[in-house]
Amino acid sequence: MSTNESILEVTDLRTSFFTEGGEVKAVDGVTFDVPAGKTLGIVGESGSGKSITAMSILQLISHPGKIKGGEIKFRGKNLLDLSEKEMRKIRGNQISMIFQEPMTSLNPTYTVGQQIRESYKIHQGLGKKEGSKRAIEMLKLVGIPSPEKRLDQYPFELSGGMRQRVMIAMALACKPDLLIADEPTTALDVTIQAQILELIKELQDELGMSVVMITHDLGVVAETCDYVAVMYCGKVVEYADVRTLFKNPRHPYTVGLLKSLPRSDRDQEELTPIKGTVPSPDEMPVGCRFAPRCPFATNLCHEKLPSLDDVGDGEQIRCWIYTDEWNGDPGVKVYEPERTTEG
Amino acid sequence: MTTYIIRRLFQLIPVLFGVTLLVFLLMHLTPGNPAQLIAGETASQSTIERIEVSMGLNDPLPVQYVNFVTDVAQLDFGYSYRNNTPVFEEIKPRFWITMELAIYSTILSIFIGLIAGIVSAVRQYSVRDVTIMIIALFGMSMPNFWLGLMLMNWFSIQLGWFPPTGWGSAGQVVLPVITLGTAGAAVIARMTRSSMLDVISQDYIRTARAKGVHEQIVIYRHALKNALIPVVTVVGLQFGTLLAGTVLTETVFSINGLGRLVIDSIMARDFPVVQACILIISVIFVVVNLIVDISYTLLNKRIDMD
Ligand SMILES: Nc1ncnc2c1ncn2[C@@H]1O[C@H](COP(=O)(O)OP(=O)(O)OP(=O)(O)O)[C@@H](O)[C@H]1O
Ligand SMILES: [Mg+2]
Repeated sequence: MSTNESILEVTDLRTSFFTEGGEVKAVDGVTFDVPAGKTLGIVGESGSGKSITAMSILQLISHPGKIKGGEIKFRGKNLLDLSEKEMRKIRGNQISMIFQEPMTSLNPTYTVGQQIRESYKIHQGLGKKEGSKRAIEMLKLVGIPSPEKRLDQYPFELSGGMRQRVMIAMALACKPDLLIADEPTTALDVTIQAQILELIKELQDELGMSVVMITHDLGVVAETCDYVAVMYCGKVVEYADVRTLFKNPRHPYTVGLLKSLPRSDRDQEELTPIKGTVPSPDEMPVGCRFAPRCPFATNLCHEKLPSLDDVGDGEQIRCWIYTDEWNGDPGVKVYEPERTTEG
Repeated sequence: MTTYIIRRLFQLIPVLFGVTLLVFLLMHLTPGNPAQLIAGETASQSTIERIEVSMGLNDPLPVQYVNFVTDVAQLDFGYSYRNNTPVFEEIKPRFWITMELAIYSTILSIFIGLIAGIVSAVRQYSVRDVTIMIIALFGMSMPNFWLGLMLMNWFSIQLGWFPPTGWGSAGQVVLPVITLGTAGAAVIARMTRSSMLDVISQDYIRTARAKGVHEQIVIYRHALKNALIPVVTVVGLQFGTLLAGTVLTETVFSINGLGRLVIDSIMARDFPVVQACILIISVIFVVVNLIVDISYTLLNKRIDMD
């Protein structure tokens, strides 16, 4: 993918937490592109570094975390080279974020109106009157009934679904070019989930934004994403367009994930969890991070970390199976033939 | 909100009942006959009896209590045994001195405590943070009278910057207010710090940062307003400790306030004065806590006010 069609290019991003127990490499060399106007899904088990990746993009990592290196190119400019002041102009203005926890992500001591107006004040210098007008428009846009009344309400007066809508209204207030949605619906019930996702999609079409959608739910991926990055232990292990990923998953972890994660959009045969558990930071394998749980792992996998390589059609895989060095069973390259009927 | 305040005012009734009853019993349960005290050691039995009748000391206790409360409600606290002057007149000038001392000290402790707490929290575990917290620990554990004596020794006697005793001039105010305000400042600083640290790691602070809010505004608007909620309660409780501290501070600096009056009156067994002082100090404490509770609800919209 070349620069001019990607709005965001993340290259070898590394973010660590320096805890008493040592360095925790939460994001360990993440690379992916977000094509302009498209939606990239980031999937992976809990703790794989999805949220930390998202927060690193906006440089919202606080002590004891630190972005150690890499590049985050937004519209061709490396965000990591910007000053804090320049970064503030981007946050909430060109790149916005919706967080995982709608119940706690709004300030309990300020009204909905005050919190939305703040964005307009910071980025567009609007006063209370004009800000309120825009805030009402925004609340209407995200489908909140009687928005004039909501302006003076406090978050505790709203339901979880309403709060998440307020969050979205706030995130979209300044019409960002890129929206990062970190599991925007996990805390909500199913019908509201569908409404919120539909809403994000509509707004995306209307405003022409690009979206990074972080989720656990493959149904959400299938319905909303154009591209998918699969993360494991702070690394991207597979990057592909959504059709390819569902039709022809290649990384053994992706295959396992497809079989183990729920899909809200269709009935599934039984879910089969991936064997074993995510390694803890202090016993991270030296080779492929997935090797201890991988049914095909060879000595090579246990000893050396594979790189994230292009395998054609814009698809990238981090797995020895798809390299010339592979000395295991050559037959493993073809997985799950029945999957080809899906997707 | 108005209904909430009215409801809180009604809740004061049982509290005031308790306070007046305790103060009343205090007088009647202490050994010694008041009539004897007034009349003096050598008075005859008939004089004592006459005084007892005139003071209503032979009425049943409940009647005496009702009379007591009725008098108190009219600010009639009886006559001082010592000077035979109305207790209220005795107390009035001293009351304002103590209020000044308490209010200045509270303002000082809130001001210093908040700033120190915020500065500490913003840079957790920095040299600045650790230094402030060590000082706060000292401030909390230092006995009031000792701090007062030390300050007096250095700044009045050695350096001669401030007068060592009295109350009224600007210079006389400085040392007593520092003496009385230090412990409160330390407690408020520690509370503010821990409350700020708790709030700073909340999701809505991250939301504010993600909106592009300047870090200064994140701290002073988004975080502080939430962090203040528990601090307000501490300020209220601290005020009680501070009132108790006036007794020692006034004694050390020879200030003619309520605290010193209490001590002097206890020494002289001048019960009406002691009674009135305790009553007034209790009522101040109750009222301050009412104010604290109301500001708490104003700050914290989540409290159910009905
Ligand atoms: N404050 C922190 N201190 C230490 N380690 C942290 C901290 N925050 C995150 N981590 C580490 O970073 C890793 C990745 O966390 P992250 O929140 O990005 O996971 P995630 O993929 O978003 O998971 P989930 O699906 O549960 O949201 C975690 O496993 C954790 O070990
Ligand atoms: Mg997460």
